[in-house]
Parts: sequence; C-alpha cells; structure tokens
Amino acid sequence: MPVMPVVLWTDGLVFLLLALIGAFVLHASRHEHMRAPWRRVVRSRVGVATIVVLGFYVVVGLLDTVHFRLALDRQGDGSAETRYSPEVLSLLDLALSGLRERQEKTYSAPFATHLFVKEAIEQPDGTLVRDFPRLEYGGAHLEDPARQRGFDIAWRAAWGALQGLVIWVVLATGILWLIARSRGETPAATRAVILAGRTPTPWRTALAMLGIMLLLSAVAGELALKYHILGTDKVGEDVFYQTLKSIRTGLLIGTLTTLVMLPAAVLLGIMAGYFRGWVDDVIQYLYTTLNSIPGVLLIAAAILLLQVYMSNHADDFASLVERADLRLLFLVLILGVTSWTGLCRLLRGEALKLREVDYVQASTALGVGHFTLIGRHILPNVMHIVLITLVLDFSGLVLAEAVLSYINIGVDPTMNSWGNMINSARLELARDPVVWWSLTAAFIFMFALVLAANLFADVVRDAFDPRLKGAR
Amino acid sequence: MTAYIIRRLIYAIPILIGVNLITFVLFFVVNAPDDMARMHLGEKRVTEEAIQTWKREHGYDRPLLYKTDASGLARFTDTIFFEKSIRLFVFDFGSSDNGRDIGYDISQRMWPSLAVAIPVLLVGLAFNISYALFIVFFRATYVDIGSVVLLVGMMSISGLFYIIGGQFLLGKLFHLVPISGYDTGLEAWKFLILPVIVGVIGGIGAGTRWYRTLFLEEISKDYVRTARAKGLSERRVLFRHVLQNALIPILTGVVVVLPLLFMGSLITESFFGIPGLGSYTIDAINSQDFAIVRSMVFLGAVLYIVGLILTDISYTLVDPRVRLSS
Repeated sequence: MPVMPVVLWTDGLVFLLLALIGAFVLHASRHEHMRAPWRRVVRSRVGVATIVVLGFYVVVGLLDTVHFRLALDRQGDGSAETRYSPEVLSLLDLALSGLRERQEKTYSAPFATHLFVKEAIEQPDGTLVRDFPRLEYGGAHLEDPARQRGFDIAWRAAWGALQGLVIWVVLATGILWLIARSRGETPAATRAVILAGRTPTPWRTALAMLGIMLLLSAVAGELALKYHILGTDKVGEDVFYQTLKSIRTGLLIGTLTTLVMLPAAVLLGIMAGYFRGWVDDVIQYLYTTLNSIPGVLLIAAAILLLQVYMSNHADDFASLVERADLRLLFLVLILGVTSWTGLCRLLRGEALKLREVDYVQASTALGVGHFTLIGRHILPNVMHIVLITLVLDFSGLVLAEAVLSYINIGVDPTMNSWGNMINSARLELARDPVVWWSLTAAFIFMFALVLAANLFADVVRDAFDPRLKGAR
Repeated sequence: MTAYIIRRLIYAIPILIGVNLITFVLFFVVNAPDDMARMHLGEKRVTEEAIQTWKREHGYDRPLLYKTDASGLARFTDTIFFEKSIRLFVFDFGSSDNGRDIGYDISQRMWPSLAVAIPVLLVGLAFNISYALFIVFFRATYVDIGSVVLLVGMMSISGLFYIIGGQFLLGKLFHLVPISGYDTGLEAWKFLILPVIVGVIGGIGAGTRWYRTLFLEEISKDYVRTARAKGLSERRVLFRHVLQNALIPILTGVVVVLPLLFMGSLITESFFGIPGLGSYTIDAINSQDFAIVRSMVFLGAVLYIVGLILTDISYTLVDPRVRLSS
C-alpha cells in the first residue's frame, strides 16, 4: 500500500459530524415540515450566496481532514514490509505540496522576486555586496524580474482566469441541464428564466457567486505556482499555504464545539424544563455555577493544566501532529463546557412552555412514558432552536479561537490557525518597512468566513424562527 | 425588598461553594502540586528535594483535604483546601507563586482597568443607542439596509484587528497618540484615548444591531400605534415612548456587566500595556502562576453573581410590573 490512513481524534469527530448531517438531511428530506424552512433558506439570495462561499471553505477544510502517511521508497533491502514516513499529511498538503515545499529564507512581500531583507551576496568577481537576494522559488523563472514581472503576473492571471472560466462554464452547463430536466423545459428556456432571475431558487445569484469564487481560486492557484502570492513569513513559509491550512482549524472549532456540547445541553435543558422540581433545581444550579466562572479564565485554567500534563507526560504522544490534535480536541471540549449553558437555558424555557401544551397534556393523560414523550413531542419541537444556536455560535467561536491563540491558550503553537498567524505577526507592523501581509491574509480569510457565516445564520434564523419574521 | 436581597444573597452561597470546588478540583486534584512544582522548576531532571522545597515555600506541602497526623481542628485547617480555597471566601487571596500579595495587587490594578472600561461602556452605550435610533428612524430605507450591512461587516472583524489597526493608524502612521503604555494619575489620559476609541468601535457592530432589534420590536407594539394615531410626531414617538420602554432591556443588559468591569479586558489591556487586572491575568497565564489565575476565577465568579443580583433589583426599579414575590 502506498499510503497508510491516519485518523486523528478530530478527524473522527468530523466524520461523525458528517454522518450526523447526512442522516439529518435524509430524515429532513422525507418530511415536508422540515423541508419548508430549508426551502426558505435556499430561496433567499443571501442564503445561496453564503452557501457557495461556505462551501468553498468546507471543501478546503475537508480535504485537510483526510490524513495519511506516505510510504517511503524501499531501500532495496528486499524486506516485504513497507515503511511509512513519520510525517502525517493531508490531501490538502498533497494538493499544495508545491507551496509547502517552496520555503524561502525569511520574509518576502507578496509577488516579490527578492527577499525582504538585505544580505551579503558574493559577486562573481569575489567581492561582497549587501543587497536583496533573489528568492529561491518566488518568480525564479524570470530572467529580468524588474522588466518581466508585471507582464508575467498579468499573463498568468489571465491564463488562470481562463481556466476558472472554463470550469465554471462546464459546471454551470451541468447545473443548467439538471434544472432544465427537473423543470421539464428545454435548456435554452431555463437559461432565459435564470438570467431574468425568475427561478424560485435564485440560481442567478448562486451561479454568479460560484463564478466569482472559481475565478478567484483559479487565478490564485495559477499564480501560486510561480509566486508567493501572499508573501512569506519570518521563517520563509508561504503565507497563502498557512492561511489555507488555518481554514480547517477555524471550521473545526466552530462546528465541533457545538457538537460536543450538544448532548449535554439538549438532555439537561429538556429534563430541567420537563420534570421541573428538584431536577430543575439541580440542573439550574449546575449551569449557573459553570456560567459564573468567566469563560476565558476557565479555558485558561484548563489549558494551563493540560500544558502541565503534557510537559510531564511528553512520551505519551507519538508525534507533534497528534499532540497538537489532542490539544485542539481538548480546547473544543473546554469551549463546549463554557458555551453549553446558553442553549441549555433556552431549551429549558422552551420545554417549560411545551409541557403545558394540549397535545403533551393529552399524551401524559393517555399514559405515554416520559422518555417516549420527550422523544416524540418535545425534542422535535425544540430542534429548530438547536439548529439556530448551532449556526449562530459558529462565527463567534471562529473569532474566539483567534483571541485565545493570541493569549497562548488556544490551539497548539505548531498548528496552523489564524490566531497563531496574528500572534506571530503582531510585532511585524512595528518593523520598518512594515510587514503587513501575514495579518492581511489572516484578516481577509477570517473576515470572509465569519461574514458569510453571520449572514447565513441570519437567513437560517429568519427561516426557522417564525416569530422573528417581520421583526427585521 | 430587603428580604428579597437577603434571599438572593443566600442563594449565591451554594454557587460560590460550587465555583470554589471546581477550582479546587481543577488546580489541586487534576494536577497535583508535584506537577506544578516540576513545571516551575523546569520540566525534567528535578530532584525530589527541590520539589519538596518549592512546595514548602509556596505552602503546597500540606495534604489536600485531611491531615491525619494533626489533632483537633488542625486536621482540617492545616490542609491545602482550607488554606488555599476556603480563604477565598473572605477575599484572602494569599500570595502569588512569586511571592507577591495578590489582594494588594488586585486593589492596585483595578483602577487602570476601570479607567478604560468605564469610558468604553459609557461612550459605547451613548453612540450605539443614538445610532440605533437613527437607523430605526429611517427604517426600511437605504439608510437602514446600508447600516445593517455595515454593522454585520463590523461584527465579522476580529477584535484583534481593531486593536492592531487602531495602533497602526493612530499611533504609528499619524503619531496622534502613544501606541501603548500608562502613566500615574491624570497624566494617563493620553494613553487612554486609543484603547477607548478601539473599544467603542469594536463594540459598535454587535451593540447597535442588538439595540436596533430591540427598538424595532418595541415599535411594532400596540401602544406605539396608539401614540401615532393620537397624532404624535415620529420624533416624539421614538424618544418618549419607544426609547423609554426599550431602556428596560438595555439597562438590565448593562447592569449585569457592571461588576465585571473591574476585571478589565484581557486583550485590550495586554495590547496597550495598561497595568490593569486584565493584563495581570494574562501575565499570570503566561508565567503559569496558578495562584493568581485561581484568585481571578473566584473573583470573576463573585462579580458575575453580584451582577445577576443587581440585574434583578434593577428590573424592579425600572419596570413596575415586575414583583419580587415568590
């Protein structure tokens, strides 16, 4: 076998999450009352546009979640056993192997052909000159960078744009054909309807957004083959690669935190509201106590303790990647502990209301058991709250990661994340001339993700919470 | 009223005990003092003797809960639980791992924290409410739509970038204010401008959007329609009726954070070098000073609970419909 799959803890949880989402989609698609709000989501223009943007992030994140170790070349010793490289890679690493391996010496600006700092360069005649040396990889194919660079960049960008356009045309044609078939029209008629923006689902917006994203990706991808499009950082690593790798961290923290806190929040919240009495008292006490500890401090305390544990048990971790992964998992767990109380309180309130509703009273009178009743009547009626919270919390958690990593209680310093990028780049603005690209890269990628998530969350909330409709 | 407050204070006791137990378990049971000592003394190859010395110096050499070889009350009082945890109840924080008196440090450092937090709160509140009223006045026009887009955009920017951007623009590019630092007494004002501006701007997105929702909720109620039907001008409706009624949720939202202002903001203070409780906590986290972190956890919990009680009281003061019975 050329590869050995590696499933890290967080990978496993992501696969679990995917399975849950799959099951939910299957279940929801069979029930009209669950399909209706989702239809409202995909019929909103903001909804489809943000779905496309989030889709790109999710694809990158998922590619980065499939981990494996490559087999090493056999050394000709004839042993049947294959050896695997100790380095854990992901599909994304493989796709971006060029970016990962083209490491410069230190800082270089975006699209630069020369290093950012002067070095002593030996001239052919043996003298030493202090100048900016050429980059090892960035723009190395140019003979006279000063003259050729502008034209080369423009040409490559155009070529990338063309590729993106071709992919888009192929995809758009496929989608068009599918829509036409489901509407029972000719493709030409469907195209006219879409272009006029008269389809119930705003396909025009969706396809336009898809086009923009594909163009951006294709241009960036083409240029990244020959340049460091977002520059390089202090140790010469490509910033574009770092920020793409950070996507997984951001997405994981945003989604897994809610996933791990969900069982406790749902179970306790419904139990408190449904059973009332001493159960309610105990659960309320529990969440008031946890809630009264400032979240950041609880996280700080827990992470400090984890650090103590890890430094005292350094031998328990096979590799740096596994260690970083366990720390991420732990961070997700502790973030879950600090954030489940809000949902729990909401669900308690809702369950308190629902238990007085006629059909629940009727079931009780008919002798339906408590847990059957909760499963059949209460749980389905609070699912929309769970979903709204899940989506609303996401962007806050992505932002929280950056802050936590900045004060060194976030993800492992060896892990790629926007917080770590900001943390290592914060002193760069004080340099002269300013090193601005690491911060800018983290800013743009984070802003796009959080903005899309915020807008999507608003659409989902409006679609699922009928009471809020019209209020906004 | 008094009876209610007393009852609320009594309810707070079990919660504080819970917080205390959680911190005790986190700091002394999950991680034994031996581990802490080893960490401070430098990871590996530490002699058992050095660990014992460190523990004795910092008072961690007692048993956790129960001392078998003592007599009488000392069996319980000469333990880590009593010395380190129970004493927090009387705000006796003990000394930090590098020997300073935590209680004294806190009393010194809370003033710079307040000097930043109070202006941020007041200016932010005034700005956000006025802006939200402005949006609501022009609701369902391009002013409204444009503002909401702007607010969502501002919400989507990490607070770190506001700080970095503010320091870069105002401090480095225009040289208007010092980038970071602090001074004693009234001289501190010029160091406070930038953190306050950044704090206010960072809060606009979420704050104004929240107030806008509150106002819109209020404006669709029956009494507003009645007021309009009486022929009141839109300005009068907004300021006399909508604003006054929306002030109830706004006020209670503010009261709950009031006590926590003492704790300061971790990020702002550490970026701007303000010697408040926030940077105190950050320094403690970075130097892994467990005693300080433990004290701050407890202090934060106390202040949070005080905030909750104040919120309940303020409800009764501003909203005559709320009764304190039951």
